[in-house]
Amino acid sequence: MERHLDEELKELHKDILQMGVMTQEAIFKSVESLKNRDKAQAQAVLDDDKKVDGMENLIDEKCVDLIARYQPMAKDVRFIATAMKINSDLERIADLAVDIAQRSLELADKPLLKPLVDIPKLSVVAQAMVEEAIDAFVNKDAALARKVVLSDPEADRLRTLVYEELVNDYMARDAKTVDRAVPLLLISRHLERICDHATNIAEDVIYMVEAKVVKPHPEQLS
Amino acid sequence: MDKIIVRGLNLWYGDFPALINVNADFKEKKITAIIGPSGCGKSTMLRVFNRMNDLIEGVRVTGEVDIDGTNAVSPEADLIYLRRKVGMVFQRPNPFPLSIYENIAFGLKIHGIERNADALAGVIEESLRRVLLWDDLKDKLKRSALRLSLEQKQRLCIARLLAVKSDVLLMDEPCSTLDPQATERIEELMRELKNNYTIVVVTHNMQQAARVSDETGFMLLGEMVEFAATREIFTAPKDKRTEDYITGRYG
Repeated sequence: MERHLDEELKELHKDILQMGVMTQEAIFKSVESLKNRDKAQAQAVLDDDKKVDGMENLIDEKCVDLIARYQPMAKDVRFIATAMKINSDLERIADLAVDIAQRSLELADKPLLKPLVDIPKLSVVAQAMVEEAIDAFVNKDAALARKVVLSDPEADRLRTLVYEELVNDYMARDAKTVDRAVPLLLISRHLERICDHATNIAEDVIYMVEAKVVKPHPEQLS
Repeated sequence: MDKIIVRGLNLWYGDFPALINVNADFKEKKITAIIGPSGCGKSTMLRVFNRMNDLIEGVRVTGEVDIDGTNAVSPEADLIYLRRKVGMVFQRPNPFPLSIYENIAFGLKIHGIERNADALAGVIEESLRRVLLWDDLKDKLKRSALRLSLEQKQRLCIARLLAVKSDVLLMDEPCSTLDPQATERIEELMRELKNNYTIVVVTHNMQQAARVSDETGFMLLGEMVEFAATREIFTAPKDKRTEDYITGRYG
């Protein structure tokens, strides 16, 4: 029998999806603004962040309301608890997209230090991880969530590549490159942090589906 | 829009003040729950709306209860009309010891609403459909209503009110004799009915109030302590007494 709670949970599901779409858009636009040196697009990411924050509050309130009014149990309470955690990860991801957009604004009027190679690669990994983490949540797909968790080392590897190149090949050799190298360094850090949040989401999805906490126990992934 | 507007309502049973300066607005086509510990006045409050308290000796009422522009507690109020308009469902389902058909036809006949047999049958079908009993009972209308299950009896009692075109449904602990599954189904029916009716439900079961209602009033010792959106009452009540009650710290 369809319970009234099921209708409310479907609504919550839709809200998280919407939050996911807004977040993915923020990452995409922030990276595009860097590649295209497009100030307007970077500014749009900053402006849209208010909507993301508003959505986060709305979802939080809804979750607290559902817990208070329905006393959910078993998979229902795991779903709501997961939705709350995913909500906060998504909001942090959108904030990191804002950070990238701010760096992109700083760089827009200066000549590019070097052609962008590994940062776009890292951004592709980050966007894919976020998208798959949200898909895993939507489809209650623990296998896909595991794939996301296992992608994280690739993000770390790319971030290290960017770090080493900027530090060794540019900043160490010519101090005048620092003001253009540091923003790129930070962007690689922001992108890698986005991947960490996607990993959190994926771990929470595994908990939601299997009632199994894998976070401090990577061996449980298999 | 407000369906029932209560202003400065006081009620005494002899010297005992059962309701003390109650003010509250009950919204049209919404479910409002009244919660509170035993003896707080919630059932008394409900019975004011269709003047059931008149049957108790020594009752005295002051204040105003405006239902669609008429003061229900004024001595001039048309009680027959009021009780048709504002129907009540009780804790224990109380079908008449008649057939299912006659249970619904009874109200229509005494109110002189419908005497034509075909039209009567039409209203009975419509009422039973609205409470989702028609498909199960359409071939058993001549059977005694006393043979129905508790849940079916409660649905039949609701159907009786729908037949006489009540537009306010008062429910006093409507699920307290039902098991959790039947309770869930009656709650679902309430959500369905609120599209067309204003429902006020009194319940001991706080979880039920939380699940089913749009607005909630918390009563204590005859006072309406807090009256607000259910979401607010159960997540961020303003009065400490409300908080103590809903978190189980009262008393």
